[in-house]
Amino acid sequence: MPQMATVEVSFTPLPAHVRTARLVATAVARRSGVDEALLDEVRLAVGEACSRAVEAHRLHCPAEPVRIALTDSAGRFEVEVTDTGGGGGDRVVTADGIAAAVAEPGGSPRLEHGLGLAMIAGLADDVQISESPGGVSIRMSWPAAGLGR
Amino acid sequence: MDLKLDHHTKDGIEVVDVEGEIDVYTAPRLRELLIELVNSGFYQLVVNMEKVEFLDSTGLGVLVGGLKRVRAHDGSLDLVCTQERILKIFRITGLTKVFGIHDTVDEAITARKAEK
Repeated sequence: MPQMATVEVSFTPLPAHVRTARLVATAVARRSGVDEALLDEVRLAVGEACSRAVEAHRLHCPAEPVRIALTDSAGRFEVEVTDTGGGGGDRVVTADGIAAAVAEPGGSPRLEHGLGLAMIAGLADDVQISESPGGVSIRMSWPAAGLGR
Repeated sequence: MDLKLDHHTKDGIEVVDVEGEIDVYTAPRLRELLIELVNSGFYQLVVNMEKVEFLDSTGLGVLVGGLKRVRAHDGSLDLVCTQERILKIFRITGLTKVFGIHDTVDEAITARKAEK
């Protein structure tokens, strides 16, 4: 049986609520004993994952909430952001790929998505992105002292 | 902390002061300001990020969009930032190769003038 999340949040897919999700994730991470120096990374990576999910929902299912589960277990603080936006086909873009896309006169409309995923990949200690026909789930984790439960 | 935007002209260059959080919610306001400046004929921009507390990929996208706009007029968009947490974001996305990033507004202006 899957372990119960420490804190779960679901929110209407609007950009205004991404900040709230970031603040909650940072607060739970702090309480879980994630090192202060890593909290900035948690805040950014969770914000990116939620922004991505909000955009997917706005395009495909604006009436469905975005879900975020925060779990403190076995010395890890884990965040899972799940959308039901039908799968984005986003790809992680490397730093060189981004510089090249910027140099193109027309640019790429996917650039912002690429930037977001590049940031998540660069920030989280461990990342798994799983795509199913129903949507995308991004799981990220960081080391934690495990004080929070 | 919300986003605060201000701008003024210094030595013929338009300096945009950004304060607070630039994220998916607030970034459209920065985008609008940059577009408005370019439409008003300001093609030499310096964006001062010293008081930015949070920057996400939407904010980066807006800065890149601004850079492309001014470049279309042979202009420039330089950044001022010494905060490690913000500089790190430019590094992991490779955008340090794209933007001129300076320690102070004066330094950004001097560097830009020297390039002319």
